[in-house]
Amino acid sequence: MNNQLREWHPYVGPFDPCPPMRVKTYIVPPNLFAPFQPANLQQYSLPEALRLGTLWPAYYSPYESRMLEGRS
Amino acid sequence: MWIYEKKLQYPVRVSKCDPRVAKYLIEQYGGADGELSAALRYLNQRYSIPDKVVGLLNDIGTEEFAHLEMIATMIYKLTKDATVDQMEAAGLGAHYTIHDKALYYTNAEGVPWTAAFIQAKGDPIADLYEDIAAEEKARATYQWIIDQTDDVDLQDALKFLREREVIHSLRFREAVEILKAEREQKKVF
Repeated sequence: MNNQLREWHPYVGPFDPCPPMRVKTYIVPPNLFAPFQPANLQQYSLPEALRLGTLWPAYYSPYESRMLEGRS
Repeated sequence: MWIYEKKLQYPVRVSKCDPRVAKYLIEQYGGADGELSAALRYLNQRYSIPDKVVGLLNDIGTEEFAHLEMIATMIYKLTKDATVDQMEAAGLGAHYTIHDKALYYTNAEGVPWTAAFIQAKGDPIADLYEDIAAEEKARATYQWIIDQTDDVDLQDALKFLREREVIHSLRFREAVEILKAEREQKKVF
């Protein structure tokens, strides 16, 4: 479970033309919850930080592609 | 001041899952002769037009917003359940890049709405002739979109909107006749 993902349930009408998407999601990145960085946060190793784009796990925001959604 | 009724002017039924048509419908949403252009054009021109035709521009401009809602409903119904693949296949890949599945005021080719689409010349005849031309162009656009879908329920609402363009054009032509003030002239030969 990704705790940066929020779900909502859009209205689904009785006469919608396409098979409904009952759940939609949006991202709430960690900078929303700690908008001023506290000192002495836990750090990634340097190689890992270079790969992820941030030194601090508390500010890392993963994103998964939606490309495969709906493909069988 | 407006009073809002939380219902559509005419029911919108979309029965075929065909997101491709959404791309074409966007022309009537944010295109040069779309409903947004029409509403803003008339509601803006009404300030500087002779009193006798202000009410006409007010009423038609207001109705155009009702049409805008109908178009938005069609586009939303056609795109809300589309996957990324389906958006791409519908020609809406670039739209997805910029807007996800949000609606946006562009024409069918993705050109964003601009005030340069509309005009206010201050000359009542010039303005009314522009309005007549806009109605005829919108009527033609509805015809071409009706040609591009075989969903009879979608066609039904589009045919209603097309007919409204015909009537609006007629009313603007009548407004020109009123301003010509020919009919009140006593003609003695």
